[in-house]
Amino acid sequence: MEVPVAITVGIVFGSGLYLVMQRNLLRFVFGLVLMSGAVNVALFVAGRLTRGIAPLVPEGAKAPPPGSANALPQALILTAIVIGFGLIVFALVLLLRTYERLGTVKTDEMAAHLIDPRPIDPSADSVDVAPLSATDRRALESSAPPAPEDGGSA
Amino acid sequence: MTTSWLLISPVALPLIAAAVAFAFTGRRGVQRRVSTTASLILAALSVVLLVQVSREGILVMQAGGWAAPFGISLVADHLAAIMVVISGVMAAATAVYALADIDPAREAMGYHPLFLVLVAGINGAFLTGDLFNMYVWFEVLLISSFVLLTLGNRRAQLEGGLKYVAVNLVSSLFFLVSIGLIYGLTGTLNMADLAIALRDAPPGLVTVLGMLFLVAFGIKAAIFPLFFWLPASYHTPPVAISAIFAGMLTKVGVYALIRAFTLLFTQDVGWTHQVLLWLSGLTMLTGVLGAAAQNEIRKILSFHIISQIGYMIMGLALYTPLALAGAVFYLVHHIIVKANLFFVAGLVRRVGGSFELAEVGGLYRKRPFLGILFLIPAFSLAGFPPLSGFWAKLVVVLAAVEVRSWAIVAVALVVGLLTIYSMTKIWQAAFWTPAPEGREIGPLPSRLLWVPVAALAAITIVIGLWSGPFLALAEASARELLDPAGYVRAVLGPDAAAALAEVTR
Repeated sequence: MEVPVAITVGIVFGSGLYLVMQRNLLRFVFGLVLMSGAVNVALFVAGRLTRGIAPLVPEGAKAPPPGSANALPQALILTAIVIGFGLIVFALVLLLRTYERLGTVKTDEMAAHLIDPRPIDPSADSVDVAPLSATDRRALESSAPPAPEDGGSA
Repeated sequence: MTTSWLLISPVALPLIAAAVAFAFTGRRGVQRRVSTTASLILAALSVVLLVQVSREGILVMQAGGWAAPFGISLVADHLAAIMVVISGVMAAATAVYALADIDPAREAMGYHPLFLVLVAGINGAFLTGDLFNMYVWFEVLLISSFVLLTLGNRRAQLEGGLKYVAVNLVSSLFFLVSIGLIYGLTGTLNMADLAIALRDAPPGLVTVLGMLFLVAFGIKAAIFPLFFWLPASYHTPPVAISAIFAGMLTKVGVYALIRAFTLLFTQDVGWTHQVLLWLSGLTMLTGVLGAAAQNEIRKILSFHIISQIGYMIMGLALYTPLALAGAVFYLVHHIIVKANLFFVAGLVRRVGGSFELAEVGGLYRKRPFLGILFLIPAFSLAGFPPLSGFWAKLVVVLAAVEVRSWAIVAVALVVGLLTIYSMTKIWQAAFWTPAPEGREIGPLPSRLLWVPVAALAAITIVIGLWSGPFLALAEASARELLDPAGYVRAVLGPDAAAALAEVTR
């Protein structure tokens, strides 16, 4: 059972790798999704695949029955899925924001759009005002407690 | 009991402080106070931890009371404790510098909680004794570094941030898949347990795993040829963020490499460490040549991070007690000096008006104090006696001479010379030549900005003049690194150490 799953992992990972090497960053993110899925399955297979016995300790016994599923990789995958979800959502939001500011998602076109048309304020590394939400702006002007959403991730 | 508290505090304190700071979103004053107080306490606590480690040997805490290798162990040996101290010092310096450097808009968008989470992630990665737990701490520090890097949404930040995010996500996937494979091979993820299990495993497979980890950690550590994300992104955020990134983040990768290639992958040193040696030489050369081609202070400094990483990897690759001591000493020295140079770059920008060498000048005549603040870390980076960089380079190069690796000695010396060239380039353009027409030279900015710089410069001088105790600490960690039995005994008990001795034989 491990071998066909391992081959599947290889195919999915390879497809992800192909997408990751594209210039279009949206494809890059899709490639990441595929790769991280493949990696999670690889973790799963690493714990060896067994059929039909839950890793529950029967009453009175001290260990789960022999041949039961390995619970540890499943716990690891759960963690990895949550982390991966967060990272990919962040990558998508970053991509969206980049598209809004630079007008492209192609890596080789980005450099051309990089120069800010507006004059740069020499006094400080000023922040663009546009992405500052109304909540943040209110927080700046007074020190009134703002609404909880929209806290850190700009 | 107190040991456990001490061991968990470098992770728990910044996390709690981050939660408090986050709860006070919108109350800028409270957040600033929380962030600086927590960082200063953290620095003090981490020093206590190091004292405790050097007095009692390796400290171990089994999280939740689950015995190793079933639970997650936190382990503080000399190397981990030293790294935690440096991260505490850097957190304190950055927290103070940030008070004047980070603009209110970024503070409102959550700079302080993110910074504290970053510090917690860094310390967690240093202290954990479990490979998967290390992955989790890597992700904690990565996600906060992603947000810190792009906070403010300037175009350059977004463009650099995308490269940083993309490459680091791929590196995380490599790390994760390597963890899966190593678990499949050995059935354990506790590093002390792995040290035993891997010596029993087929050596070819172990070396393949070692190379996978080399790629995963190598991307984080920015070694050749995996460093391209670094010069593309490190110059884009505000200086305080650049400085803590430049000081700490790549060094987490170096720490992970040292851990992996002293504790886990030492079955085939002739091959793995030879690869490391080649990579270290190439890392040094490409980094320093890249720096020579740059004319923006932060970009020059970014490329020098890469070349300096080469020296640390070189110490690891030579794999002798002296070389490893050199690598550890180099880590400490480099973190302080490099972050300090970024801080100074921020001062140059505020006083001289630009990061571009062509657009600043005459700073030494008008602001001699700033000149001195630059000269100390710059000379230290270039390796002038009696500053810390001299001893760091000396020990690493001596170690290479000891094993007659003349090629790497030559590379290290040439790269040292080119580093001097880069530093004099900045000195000459920003401080020595007269300012360009119409360029006003501002007053020395707020004390919050130059006091951390002066403090870090003082640490560099102290390490240089009283290098004895620091070298002794580095040698103690080198001894521990070369004798995994001590680490295994501390985590798993004497029986496991005996088992390790048996498989090693």
